[in-house]
Amino acid sequence: MTTASSKTRMISFRDVNKWYGPYHALNGVTAQVHKGEVVVVCGPSGSGKSTLIRTVNRLEDIQQGQIEFDGQDVNAKSLDLNKFRSHVGFVFQSFNLFPHLSVVDNIMLAPITVLKKKRADARVRAMQLLDRVGLGAKADAFPGQLSGGQQQRVAIARALAMDPPAMLFDEPTSALDPEMVGEVLQVMKSLARDGMTMMCVTHEMNFAREVADRVWFMDHGRIVETGTPEAFFSSPQTERARKFLSDLRSH
Amino acid sequence: MDDILSILRDNGVLLLIGQYPHGPLGGLAITFLLSVLGIALAFPLSLAIALARVSPLAWLRWPATVLVYVVRGVPLIMFIFWVYFFVPILIGQTVSGFTTMLVTLVIYQAAYLAEVVRAGIEGLPKGQTEAARSVGLSYAQTMRKVILPQALYNMVPAMIGQFVATIKETSLGYVISVNELTFAGNQINSNLLTKPFEVYLILAGIYFILCFSLTQLARHFERRIANRRAGATAPTAAQPVPALVPVTE
Repeated sequence: MTTASSKTRMISFRDVNKWYGPYHALNGVTAQVHKGEVVVVCGPSGSGKSTLIRTVNRLEDIQQGQIEFDGQDVNAKSLDLNKFRSHVGFVFQSFNLFPHLSVVDNIMLAPITVLKKKRADARVRAMQLLDRVGLGAKADAFPGQLSGGQQQRVAIARALAMDPPAMLFDEPTSALDPEMVGEVLQVMKSLARDGMTMMCVTHEMNFAREVADRVWFMDHGRIVETGTPEAFFSSPQTERARKFLSDLRSH
Repeated sequence: MDDILSILRDNGVLLLIGQYPHGPLGGLAITFLLSVLGIALAFPLSLAIALARVSPLAWLRWPATVLVYVVRGVPLIMFIFWVYFFVPILIGQTVSGFTTMLVTLVIYQAAYLAEVVRAGIEGLPKGQTEAARSVGLSYAQTMRKVILPQALYNMVPAMIGQFVATIKETSLGYVISVNELTFAGNQINSNLLTKPFEVYLILAGIYFILCFSLTQLARHFERRIANRRAGATAPTAAQPVPALVPVTE
């Protein structure tokens, strides 16, 4: 797994350890996401997958090991954290749109505040992104007026507005009603098709099958199995993965 | 009833504005002025205290926390005496009753209002901060652009409640002879001598009408905010009032 040169590496974890008190949340995680690759992280709840993805933009700190994102040491003391985070696209399970701002203002906030873009320029870009996620008509609506699926698509556009080299998705469809999952996955698929590097915690196995280059299976804070979607779904190597997949299918 | 009406007829103006324009302003006008100025000056102070209270920096958090606990642990009248007796010594000149009362109210209300603001900040979903920080906003930018606009709007009813409390507290100005509504009422009672029940009924009535109207206003805002949360009256673009729909609970 360490054969790829650093030039093709977008995210790399090296022996990453994290504890919540005595609880060992991440246990020696070593893995890479390459440029242009789509990695799906799955595993039972409490396996550390959300914790892992949240360490990449330092929403969670780690106690040991090293994480690099686009060549930057995420935990370096010299890192300008705000500037760094503005380059990491992050999409939350619960959307977390700003309810007091209109849809287009949600997207424009960071480009104007952080990148110091002109309002007009930021709006042009925001409208392009809204069109891309199919919500150009909702620019002046407020988040409370949108369905969950629409809110999540706005959240994706908000992250894209900072032109991130990679996007992180933390269970982006888990809070959605079943009929809205598809529209969000469509947007994510089109991103993947355009070559976006993506790390995605999800239980959507069809998405993993169609879009992912690799699947990481986590359990008890470790990555216990990695492989192509075909290999992982048809012939999982570990007992834990077999049980997880059969539990998933029985739903 | 006739007594009450005749007292009002003879002394209504005194209750409303004191001896003004032939003497100092007083009565309800001073009560209202003290309350409005008190809240207006306490508000920015409370914002600073609240931000210090939720700050990740311990050297900001501790003094603010101590201040809030001390103020909340001491009766207001004790504060009035402290300011009344010690501020003149401290600054070397006498201070008017009005100023004394105002300073006291500002400190006292700032501490209480700070707790209201803090509750508003901490009541927001954690995801709001995380989302703002994730797109690269600094702590200060997150507060200014994302957290405070929502927290303060949510807290409007509680702030009106605090304003009502302030109005009632101005009556304590009586003990240091601030010429406010209670003081004016007491003056009238001293003149009439035989009608305390009527005089103090009028006084209570005025306070009640004022405070009750404001409480109703607070309820109105509460309902509006609740409706916003339910998405029933989400604002349109032409009406850029902050909508409050926490995305997660």
